[in-house]
Order: sequence, then C-alpha cells, then structure tokens
Amino acid sequence: MSGIDWRGQVRVLDGNRAGAFGVLLARPDVIASYPITPQTPLLEMVYKLEAEGLFDPEMVEPEGENSAMGVLLGACAAGGRTFTASSSQGLSFMGDAYLLASGNRFPIVMAIGMREQVSPHGVLAGQQDAVLVKDHGWIQIYTESCQEILDSIIMAYRLAEDSDVLLPVNVCYEGFYLSHHSQRVVIPTQEEADRFLAPLKEMRRLTWTLDDPMVFSSYTVPPELYTEYRYKMCAAHERAKAKLDEIDTEFAKVFGRSYGGQIEEYRTEDAEFVIVTMGCSTGTAKVVVDKKREEGMKVGLVKIRMFRPSPRERLVRALSGKKAVGVIDRNVCYGWNCGHNYVELKTLLCDLKGPPPKLLDFIAGLGGADITDRHVETVIERTFAAMNDGGQEAVAWLSLE
Amino acid sequence: MRFISKFEGPWSTPKDPLDVKTGEWRSQRPVTRTEKCRQCGWCFIFCPAGCIREGLHHFSADLDYCKGCGVCARVCPARAIALVREEV
Repeated sequence: MSGIDWRGQVRVLDGNRAGAFGVLLARPDVIASYPITPQTPLLEMVYKLEAEGLFDPEMVEPEGENSAMGVLLGACAAGGRTFTASSSQGLSFMGDAYLLASGNRFPIVMAIGMREQVSPHGVLAGQQDAVLVKDHGWIQIYTESCQEILDSIIMAYRLAEDSDVLLPVNVCYEGFYLSHHSQRVVIPTQEEADRFLAPLKEMRRLTWTLDDPMVFSSYTVPPELYTEYRYKMCAAHERAKAKLDEIDTEFAKVFGRSYGGQIEEYRTEDAEFVIVTMGCSTGTAKVVVDKKREEGMKVGLVKIRMFRPSPRERLVRALSGKKAVGVIDRNVCYGWNCGHNYVELKTLLCDLKGPPPKLLDFIAGLGGADITDRHVETVIERTFAAMNDGGQEAVAWLSLE
Repeated sequence: MRFISKFEGPWSTPKDPLDVKTGEWRSQRPVTRTEKCRQCGWCFIFCPAGCIREGLHHFSADLDYCKGCGVCARVCPARAIALVREEV
C-alpha cells in the first residue's frame, strides 16, 4: 500500500492537500490544470496521488489555463468526470473557455485558490479573483476550513452532475490562509465517497460519441432559441439552491459532517443582530461571536457558502427580524464603493419581513491582510451601536483606520 | 413557457444547424456563367462556408447558406462567377 494513501485516516493537511484528497475520492476521468500560486501544491499532490497509483485519471499538461479548460470542455462533452484548479490571473486567462463551460452546461468541477487580482500585482490572499466571475454562470461555493474544501469538492460533483442542474461548480478557498495553513482533516474512505456519489450513475447525461455525433455551441442560433437557453440556465441555477441543501443533508448521513447547505446560521435564532461572513474569516468570527455572547450581546453569524446562485430565500429567512447586519467583505465591488456581499444584501432589504435592519459594510483582509479577532470585535461593536443609535458610516475600510 | 429545443443546453444534432439559413445575411450573390465554368473546383476548395455544390456541367453556390463573401468569384481562374447585388 502506498505511503500516502491516507483515505480513512485523520491527518494534518493544508487546504491544497485536503482538496487533492477530495479530487482523489471523486475519481475524475480527466484532469487538466496549470500551476499558479497559491493553487500549485494542490496540483502537485494530485500528481503525486496519481503517480503512486491511487487513481488513474487521464492527466493532461496544458500550456495554460485557457487550454486546460479547453481540454475539459471536450472531455466533459464526451461524458467524462473532470477537474481543474486555478487562481487569480490564471482564472482570468481561462476567460472565454470558462464561459463556454457554463454556457454549454458542462458539469466541470474547479477549485479556486483565491488570490488578489491585478493590479497592483500581488501574490496575496483575497477573494477578488472568484467574485470577479460571479456572473459567468458557474455555481460558486466558498469554504471556511481545510475539511470543508475536501468535503465541498465531493459535494460539488453531486451538485454539478445532477441532471436537474448540469452546471459547473467552483469550490473557492482563500489562498495561504486555507491553501497553506494546516488543520485537522478527516479523510473519508473510498467506500464512503463511492456510496455518496453512486446516485450520479443513474443520472442520464447527453454525451458526444463518434457513433452519435452532436453539435455544441458552434452555430448561430435565432434569438428565440438563444433566449430559451438563457432561460433554462437561469432555471437550473434556481434548482441548484435547494439541491445543495439536500446534498448537504445526505452528506451528513454518509460522512457525519454538515455545513448548512447554501448558508450556515450560527447562533442566529435568538440574535438581535448578525454579522455576515464568507470564507475563512468565519472561523475567527465564530469565536468572537461566542465571546460577545458571553458578554451579553445577542449576536449571531450568517456564513454565505453558496455565493452563486444567490441563496436569497435562505438569507431573507435568516435576516428577517434582525435589527442590524454587519457584513465583512474581503473583496471590493468597483462602482459601488463597497464589497460584493454588501451589494447583494442591499438588494434583499426590501424582501425582509418587518422593518429593514441597519446594514453596514466592513472591507477587511485585502491584499493578504489578516482578519483578526480585533477586527471582528470592531465589526460586532459597531453593528451593535448602529442598531441602538445609528450614526455609523455605511462602509468602513478597516485596514485604513 | 414555449420552448423550441428539446435540449437543456445549446446542443443540437448535426442536422439542426442547417435550419439556420445563413444565406439571409447576403447582400450580393455569386452567379456562375455556366458556359465559362471549366469545373476546376477552385471555388469549391476556397469557399469558407463549404456551400459550393458540383452540378453536372458547372459549380454553383447553395444560396440557402452562401453569405456572398465573393471568394469564389475572386479565385475563379476562368472568371466564370459574377457577383450580383441582392435587391431588397
């Protein structure tokens, strides 16, 4: 038996290596990926697992990210299960091929080791690369821990390849904070993963073969048909939301771990006000929420896991009746002078039941900066103050204060 | 909702794209002067849309798909193909 066959064991792994085990357990047929910091060690580990004979996917070494996705488009069209990973400018270089994946409804799974986007140039943690492509038609799941990366990759295949969905899925994790930091990770057994993914074998998917050739995306369609395909893709995104909740419940039955599906609600039930997070700062934030609870503040936390499609129905339920909401954004939305989740939540305010809460945005952790417990305390204290007497600025840039 | 395609994505059988008559885009059409055509087949080889058909005594464009680019007329060594403006 190979020395790195850690399936069925508890190990200390960084996010990249944890992700690689998620890939191993999902048994993809074709992997084509181009290395880029901070995703590179994931790819190295995948190659190592393949070299050690733990699985036998077709490994293609493309000359760049655009070709990597190009290879997977063909592989997916032929019915294969596929995987790739990228970051930052690599993701941007993938550009048109990335759009072809979602437009053609190819259930490709791709990890994004999230990193700041040019310019200025920086090999730094952030979320800007992934949020930049939020409107490209991919499903995006943002993760909090190394364990969640591994688990989410397995869940991503169940979601992507479901015949009610058929959309590509990004599993996003912040570079360095998750990609290079080590945590305790339970690596499932192959038997568990096979059992969880087994329902996909019953799902029919059109495939392109030499005997029964098909055309995809290559001809000019009339406007009615074009509109029809857009409509169908939007409808698939809507179906994907409840589907992720179901998949999460099933995941808990097989693996004993659960993440709440589209969003996780942490101590929100009796909370007067909540903070909203996305990604790895959630862990720190939960600790601070616990501390503030002990001090008597009725604060809760909502973690956005599924950023696309928008989990708006779940968010409306979670945020209705709260008096104030403080958002931590590790990204910026140009033209709105705030972070992306602040914009997203603003659009939901009129759907909330009862009087709308005060909404504050806190830009933090850009350019690889830490989001510390002190930052989260500031977020909670100011949101608390806004709830009581207002007077807080709507958007605060914590690193610049 | 009214749907045209039975497919979930922008997929089709190899035949379906032929329903899109790209000839409707044309502003000029190639007309083969049959007595001049020497059937060398250059127009057939160079047509970027692959819509030149071989007849019994000459080649001519399939006007359902010919977009009127004029490449056939340009390459014809016998000057057998003329471009005629389409009337609106």
